[in-house]
Amino acid sequence: MQTSVALLLELGVILAALSVLGALARRFALSPIPLYLLAGLSLGEGGIAPVPAAGEFVQVGAAIGLVLLLLALGLQFSIHEFSVSLRRHVPSAGVDLVLNAVPGALAGWYLGLDAVGILALAGVTYISSSGIIARLLDDLRRLGNRETPAVLSVLVLEDFAMAAYLPLLVVLASGGTWWQAALGVLVAVGAVLAAFVVSYRWGHHLGRLLSDPDPEQLMLRVLGLTLIVAALAELVHASAAVGAFLVGLTLTGEAARRARNVLTPLRDLFAAVFFLAIGLSVSLSDLVPVLPVALALAAVTAATKVVTGQYAALREGAGPRGRLRAGTVLIVRGEFSIVIIGLVGAHHDRLGPLVAAYVLVLAIAGPLVTRLGGAPPYRSRLLPGTNAGNS
Amino acid sequence: MDVNEVLLPGVGLRYEFTNQDGDRIGVVARRTGEFELVVYGSEDPDQGRSMLRLNREEADTLAEILGAPRIAERFADLTKEVPGLSAGQTGVRAGSPYVDRPLGHTRARSRTGASIVAIVRGEDVIASPTPDEVLRAGDVLVVIGTRSGIAGVEKIIRG
Repeated sequence: MQTSVALLLELGVILAALSVLGALARRFALSPIPLYLLAGLSLGEGGIAPVPAAGEFVQVGAAIGLVLLLLALGLQFSIHEFSVSLRRHVPSAGVDLVLNAVPGALAGWYLGLDAVGILALAGVTYISSSGIIARLLDDLRRLGNRETPAVLSVLVLEDFAMAAYLPLLVVLASGGTWWQAALGVLVAVGAVLAAFVVSYRWGHHLGRLLSDPDPEQLMLRVLGLTLIVAALAELVHASAAVGAFLVGLTLTGEAARRARNVLTPLRDLFAAVFFLAIGLSVSLSDLVPVLPVALALAAVTAATKVVTGQYAALREGAGPRGRLRAGTVLIVRGEFSIVIIGLVGAHHDRLGPLVAAYVLVLAIAGPLVTRLGGAPPYRSRLLPGTNAGNS
Repeated sequence: MDVNEVLLPGVGLRYEFTNQDGDRIGVVARRTGEFELVVYGSEDPDQGRSMLRLNREEADTLAEILGAPRIAERFADLTKEVPGLSAGQTGVRAGSPYVDRPLGHTRARSRTGASIVAIVRGEDVIASPTPDEVLRAGDVLVVIGTRSGIAGVEKIIRG
């Protein structure tokens, strides 16, 4: 086998650099996503180091990363949690959609983007980062708080909205007409419902197929199945990512839990490559001019998320401080805003830099703001030992 | 006692209750099998102060410690409802002929009619032990049967 020294070396250096950045981010209890983006921005043509040999691997890895991100999103999902969230938080989801998608759409219209661009930007400002927020709630020890179920419910409903939104966006972005897009959404929603019925009635069969005790077998089967479905979805122009999401939704219970366990390290690796690739596709000279717009959009949509969280927490009966914590924790945007760009980015040169800058701002500012907004005033007095790293 | 159950989508469940001192206590049970115990402060009743985190094994140990002393007590409550039935305990001393031998070898039930329903071993409780369970010195057997049946088991174990 011919081994390319340049490829191995470049990949090794990139992964080592990402690990340093990731450790640095964790040290300050931030998400590594913005740092991965920055790493991508600083590499490539015109950056500090062009990486010609690793380029191909990064492109392939990014495609797999996108598939794994959405598979993991689907695996998180349980029909029971969805129906409970739906019962309690439909008004919160409505407030979330109107308050956060509209500023993005208006900004897109103001910037003179076409319909696909406007729709994409609306999605970018709408969807909070469920990955970063779940981690934040854990790090800040907020899982016991009264407002936390409201926050998690809003995230579940946002994730579900993606099942309708992503096919719509993908079909329109690939030049389809509105009726093709509507058909795409119908097919996707139909497939999601079918997936629910299948997993509800026959999920144990699929679960048995995937219940090999050997983790290696389990990983190969889930990954193989996902990539096949993703390829079929791509074949009918419904995007590989949507196909992977459907596979994730179909797996429930114990099978989903084990699949999550074996796939998490893989997802972390390829998702990092995906963020790197998005950073690579944007050049610094394009980023600087869109910075003012990105900052303004970030400020407006941070405020609207705070209002969303406050409203949702109010429905759980939380007090003013709890409502503020719920609002600020929702500010952060991350992986799925970038996924949206990954899906339409090729057709929109202006959108890529804008969204990269927007996510950079909010993925860094969001965790910082919620930390300040939710600092527990009594902890330092009662439990001095546990204070480190939490405030 | 009222235990309030709250779903945490994507994370697991949270149980909440109030103890007799009036402290509101929450237990976060994650899908992964880990637990977190929180107490709600009086300044901000919505915020749980995280007291401790337990992994799956630690949580099992804690549950056994809290559960063990109450087992014989609960059997005692149960036997009150059936006239003539009693619950008793008998220790396996180091000199007993059944130390390091399976429970089945005592043939306790066929000889006395009384059943050994649990073995308390240190902090562990072996509930409804099988005949293959090997007895150790220091075990405490929880026995259910008539008074004479329980006395018979004691005699067999003492040897």
